[in-house]
Amino acid sequence: MDLKGFDHPGDPGAGGTRSVKVMIAGGFGTGKTTMVRSVSDIKPLTTEETLTQATVGVDNLIGVADKAETTVSLDFGKISINEGLMLYLFGTPGQERFWFLWNGLFKGALGAIVLVDTRRLASSFRAIEEMERQNVPFVIALNAFPDCKEHPVEEIRDALDISPHTPIVACDARDRASSRDVLIALIRHLKERSAVALEPR
Amino acid sequence: MSAPRRPSDPSGLERYYVLTGGRSGPGGSASSLDVATLVVSRTAPVPGMQHEYEEIVRRCRDPLSVAELTAHLGLPFNILAVLLADLLDAGRIEARDPIPAHHAGRGPDLALLQEVLSGLERL
Repeated sequence: MDLKGFDHPGDPGAGGTRSVKVMIAGGFGTGKTTMVRSVSDIKPLTTEETLTQATVGVDNLIGVADKAETTVSLDFGKISINEGLMLYLFGTPGQERFWFLWNGLFKGALGAIVLVDTRRLASSFRAIEEMERQNVPFVIALNAFPDCKEHPVEEIRDALDISPHTPIVACDARDRASSRDVLIALIRHLKERSAVALEPR
Repeated sequence: MSAPRRPSDPSGLERYYVLTGGRSGPGGSASSLDVATLVVSRTAPVPGMQHEYEEIVRRCRDPLSVAELTAHLGLPFNILAVLLADLLDAGRIEARDPIPAHHAGRGPDLALLQEVLSGLERL
């Protein structure tokens, strides 16, 4: 068999490429897709999961025809960290009630960015709760919409009931450098958490 | 590169049923597949392979995530996972799960995080 050009197990180079994933969460219309778009190296794509996966059996796959439109979509993008490491970014669906249907959506994620529109703080409550419930470390990114007035970070921290250890940063999700800076804030936060966990007790 | 074939039935469900032999989710080796799992071919496509299998093997000459495959092939995640399970069992592809966020109850590896950070700072 001709294996030329194909990867072999144990082959260095492309063969050793690994991946990490980061989730972008937040309420409807907070800029999740915009952020995926602005920071991705590739044209953002969409992946779908049918909602019936958890319950459907072999027999009733045909039976789901009438609810075929109930799919959960994730917009995603990719950043090449280096030759051997890819960072995948997944924008979570706006309807948080569907998250649990996508098995293990947050499992294995390094962490999450929770986008917040300061004009509608409540729209991101559910996303924050979900991150806490699933034990996913996160940073809060206040997306600067044009008619936003400046809010002191501490006021927002109180309003959102965010722990003092969770960073809150401002960003413009449309801007690549600004979105990248949010990712950097998240990774720095994860490093601090890991360093604390490694400290001898 | 060919575009993914459009299903003839509007919902695509008949096509999925045929593609997977009526299976709705992967078992065994592929049940841990993640959207960020990287798939790499271990062999060249074999003549006479089912079109979708061939396309997966061809596209994964270089590592490609499960999410990218679903988008390129126009298949939902759970349907693609069934096909990937078949290819995994046949030894035609290799799957690498994303580097786990939690290692032995601790956060991710510091060296990994530093690697990600350096990459982001170069952007």
